[in-house]
Amino acid sequence: MAEYQNIFTQVQAHAPSYPGVPLARDRDTRERIGTPIHVKLAGWFGNAQIGPIYLGFLGVASVFFFLIGFTTIGFNMLVQVDYDPIQFIRQLFWLALEPPKPEYGLKLAPLNEGGWWNFAGFFITVSILLWWLRMYRRARALGMGTHVPWAFAAAIWLYLVLGLFRPLLLGSWSEAPPFGVFPHLDWTAAFSIRYGNLFYNPFHMLSIAFLYGSALLFAMHGATILAVSRYGGEREIEQIVDRGTASERAALFWRWTMGFNATMESVHRWAWWFAVLTCITGGIGILLTGTVVDNWYLWAVKHHVAPAYPDVWDPAKLVDPATLSAPAN
Amino acid sequence: MKIQRFVRLGLVAGAVMLLAGCWERPPVEMVQHGYRGTGMAQVYNPRTLVKQQDLNKVPVALPAAPAEGPKAKEIYKNVQVLGDLSVAQFTRLMASMATWVSPNDGGCVYCHNPANFAEDSKYTKVVARRMLQMTQYINANWQQHVAETGVTCYTCHRGHPKPQDQNGQMAYWYAAGDPAHKGGMLGWRDGQNEPAYSVGAASLPNEPFSRFLLGDSNIRVQSQHALPMAKSTQDIKATEWTYGLMIHMSKSLGVNCDYCHNSRAFSSWPQSAPQRVTAWYGIRMVRNLNNEFLDPLKPVYDADDLGPKGDAPKLFCATCHKGAYKPLYGQSMLKDFPELSKPSTDGKPLYPAEGKPAAEEQKVAAAQ
Repeated sequence: MAEYQNIFTQVQAHAPSYPGVPLARDRDTRERIGTPIHVKLAGWFGNAQIGPIYLGFLGVASVFFFLIGFTTIGFNMLVQVDYDPIQFIRQLFWLALEPPKPEYGLKLAPLNEGGWWNFAGFFITVSILLWWLRMYRRARALGMGTHVPWAFAAAIWLYLVLGLFRPLLLGSWSEAPPFGVFPHLDWTAAFSIRYGNLFYNPFHMLSIAFLYGSALLFAMHGATILAVSRYGGEREIEQIVDRGTASERAALFWRWTMGFNATMESVHRWAWWFAVLTCITGGIGILLTGTVVDNWYLWAVKHHVAPAYPDVWDPAKLVDPATLSAPAN
Repeated sequence: MKIQRFVRLGLVAGAVMLLAGCWERPPVEMVQHGYRGTGMAQVYNPRTLVKQQDLNKVPVALPAAPAEGPKAKEIYKNVQVLGDLSVAQFTRLMASMATWVSPNDGGCVYCHNPANFAEDSKYTKVVARRMLQMTQYINANWQQHVAETGVTCYTCHRGHPKPQDQNGQMAYWYAAGDPAHKGGMLGWRDGQNEPAYSVGAASLPNEPFSRFLLGDSNIRVQSQHALPMAKSTQDIKATEWTYGLMIHMSKSLGVNCDYCHNSRAFSSWPQSAPQRVTAWYGIRMVRNLNNEFLDPLKPVYDADDLGPKGDAPKLFCATCHKGAYKPLYGQSMLKDFPELSKPSTDGKPLYPAEGKPAAEEQKVAAAQ
């Protein structure tokens, strides 16, 4: 006998396919494509019904632009491993499409010296912006608020700061990150080292606080709802309309453990703002780096943020050898 | 039910594999190396250290030989560097070199023609002669790096004519070859983004040596002002090149970044460890040796010994250090071989520019 569990559950409710509500504009219904199918695996993680999907003009255009950018990156990587499919898979996490060298500044570099980076970046950026527009339009079409597209916009802000706004302000595409898995992580480490340790950047601090805060809020909220799901607490809309014992217990739990509780609505505002502010503050921090502040550690010393530690070694031995009047050899 | 158990088992096995792939198996030992609370600490894995012990054992030196008696140059022909040693001292050093450098590659005959030890027909002998000059030069001129401990042939060679590092990989470097599809339309790598051994399999620029250990490109990337003062040429890409070099140093010495640096302010000298000063001279030493000794040897070598760009093998940190913070953990072999402590020639290369043995030396060979 299948049993309902509220951490992992194998219970799946089966229902006939649901095409979604009809919308005012006929086109909105017509452009919803695909006959729904039901997949058990999908049901373990979410709704078992797959489709129909609304692609529309913006969706098709976005996918088109994305594929151009994506294949540009992919083919550059494929040539890097000399068209060897095995090496392509083995080295995939190391491969990247690099931005041009600093010598080119904001000028267009030859395609195979970074020009492809601008090319791919342009198409992917257009794709992302079209996808944003599409999200906005779908939210409006469903009569929803536009919270999801604005949250996405926060991520786009960070993306544009890294790849567009900051390179423009510094006058060089070489300042932008590469397209690649490990290479963009190494870029991140190099970014922090070059600009004197990003941990002393107060906007980086804020971004981390919001990021970790998002995880904490998500854990608190998810755990609370799962804990009262035995009383129907996961049916949030019903709980908002007609607050039942699940909601009451969830609220009391937090009031008793920390004296204060979010409400069924406000916890989502908390989570939304924390998530959105992670990207907004992060983007500000990146934008200021190199443009307004060149060495965050020295900035932090100047503003009494970074503490000084006692000497462990004889300071006389720790002189920059390059400054000695006659460095031997 | 069976299939669920299978899925669960698969998930657990997957998780274990994921963790095993990420970390070295414990235990690891932390050794504080800086003021408390700064996180300056060295991380050692005892198993790795045990593995390295044999590599860093100093071979027993042959008993010292008397300086009296006829000089080597009076008895043997074509002794250009060590001619002022007594015959006993000279043969002691030659025998030592055979065990230090080529014990499994023929010993003496790795460099010498057994029919005529004096002739320079083997290019390895010409290289060895220059290496003797280099050893003397290092010990006399680079004490800021090698101190009184000094170096001998064994510091680099450890029984291999072509030096190997702690993992049996080549402990010398060549200029990077051309990338695949050079001059094509696609596939520019900018010298990085492959799992290269030279930079600990990071995606960093993997041949930073031509820039920093042969050329003298600026390694320093951090601004010395809180606010931007002038447009800097040291950008993030330049930082990645420096980063690549530093990973090589860290790997070669078996230490973390904070063996030399306080990582909160990499460029700050007052907050650094004194080892950074030693390392600074080390970089200059290697650059100097590559330019004066290793790179110019190119015409002497066999074609097989040259790199993809036709350049000679060159030094970097791993050549001597081989995973140890000090080669041979700081034990001095030089004290037993004082003839290697200072130059015994004027320092000029003892081979002609085209690398072939000089006519005069050929004559010596013929006269034998």
